[in-house]
Amino acid sequence: MAMIEFKNISKWYGNFQVLKNCTTQVEKGEVVVVCGPSGSGKSTLIKCVNGLEPFQQGEMIVNGKSVGDKSTNLPQLRAKIGMVFQNFELFPHMNVTANLNLAQVKVLGRSTEEATEKSQALLKRVGLIDHAQKFPGQLSGGQQQRVAIARGLAMDPIAMLFDEPTSALDPEMINEVLDVMVELAQEGMTMMCVTHEMGFARKVAHRVIFMDRGEIVEDAPKTEFFGTPRSERAQQFLSKILHH
Amino acid sequence: MFSDFDFDVIQRALPYMGQGMMFSLGLTALAMIGGIVLGTVLALMRLSSIKAISLPASGYVNLLRSTPLILVIFWFYFLVPIAIKHFSGDSYAQGIGPFHSALIAFTLFEAAYYCEIIRAGIQSVPAGQINAAYALGLNYWQATIQVVLPQAFRNMVPILLTQGIILFQDTSLVYVVGLTDFMGAASKVAQRDGRLVEMYLFAALVYFVLCFIASLIVKRLQMRITPPR
Repeated sequence: MAMIEFKNISKWYGNFQVLKNCTTQVEKGEVVVVCGPSGSGKSTLIKCVNGLEPFQQGEMIVNGKSVGDKSTNLPQLRAKIGMVFQNFELFPHMNVTANLNLAQVKVLGRSTEEATEKSQALLKRVGLIDHAQKFPGQLSGGQQQRVAIARGLAMDPIAMLFDEPTSALDPEMINEVLDVMVELAQEGMTMMCVTHEMGFARKVAHRVIFMDRGEIVEDAPKTEFFGTPRSERAQQFLSKILHH
Repeated sequence: MFSDFDFDVIQRALPYMGQGMMFSLGLTALAMIGGIVLGTVLALMRLSSIKAISLPASGYVNLLRSTPLILVIFWFYFLVPIAIKHFSGDSYAQGIGPFHSALIAFTLFEAAYYCEIIRAGIQSVPAGQINAAYALGLNYWQATIQVVLPQAFRNMVPILLTQGIILFQDTSLVYVVGLTDFMGAASKVAQRDGRLVEMYLFAALVYFVLCFIASLIVKRLQMRITPPR
């Protein structure tokens, strides 16, 4: 069974339908990249996975549990799914270590020492151990996003969601974040990633999903997607973003 | 008017007025703490998406905000004893006394104003922060206490203190239930010694100096608290 299963997900804001019958899945160990023009519903779709966005129709099964089901313990489910946001969303009133420790202690029930040990190991891994005591405001965007990835990994997640992790970054900082993500993918982490970084997709993605106007227009293995996208809209989109 | 200005009156009354000032500051501090605690609860209630929780809170806030403070003080001083007598059936039952009447009245009254300040503060925390907290598996209370309120209060400190300064001035109203705060002390000395000019000018000066210094401190704080992002 797939780790994340989207079954005919539909969502409306009032009369406007943002997601139309979206069906796809992410297998364990798979890296899936979601791309498409802005406003196509990519971010909304990925936020349905951990229930940050409610949806009106369809079913979302994560690790065997239905996200929309009232009996599902959402906090418990979310704790297993790491998420990285476009604007980092580190907690500005806590230092880097406290950001990483918070949910480990409050949700997983780890002791502060245990949590700090884990946090330090992860900060080393993303190359930021020297910044452990700094506050988010003292770090660059790229550094903040790497801390955010470490914060997600600190929960020992079974999958990671990335919602345009490099879109808010200055160009020279994009690679330091992508490097961490590539490494993660190569280690076999299950990842769903909304991004326009097609270099990243080419390098590590297994499948690419192309969305337009709330619909999944294309859902194909990487080689197929970059070789000959079937839909005209995907072709147009690729031709616009690939030539640079 | 100033030809027979008697500074000596002020000097002689200083210890008595000092006691009054301690009372004013104490009442302000207690009502502020109570008001902020209750105001936070009310603000969280008002922001709830559940109508049964948000409606009572907004009803309370609207009622208290459209009522003069002095009337609320009278409720607790005059009406609560009547209510106690009525419900307990004991016609000799005592009220809760002027101090507790005033403290409860100020706390409940200020809570309505603090609620609105705190509500705005909570809403000033970006939605992304709350999403991030939830995405980590925190529940509503954990997200509120660990992530939302610390940031909200940090942004609100200047306004909360400004409201405290207003409260400090308002505590002078306790003279209506016979309590002796700083203003009441000044008033009593003024009447007793027939030195209205000296005492009321002195009281005004003290209020001005204290509140002005406090507002300068608030201004400094405000400049230092630029949200670190």
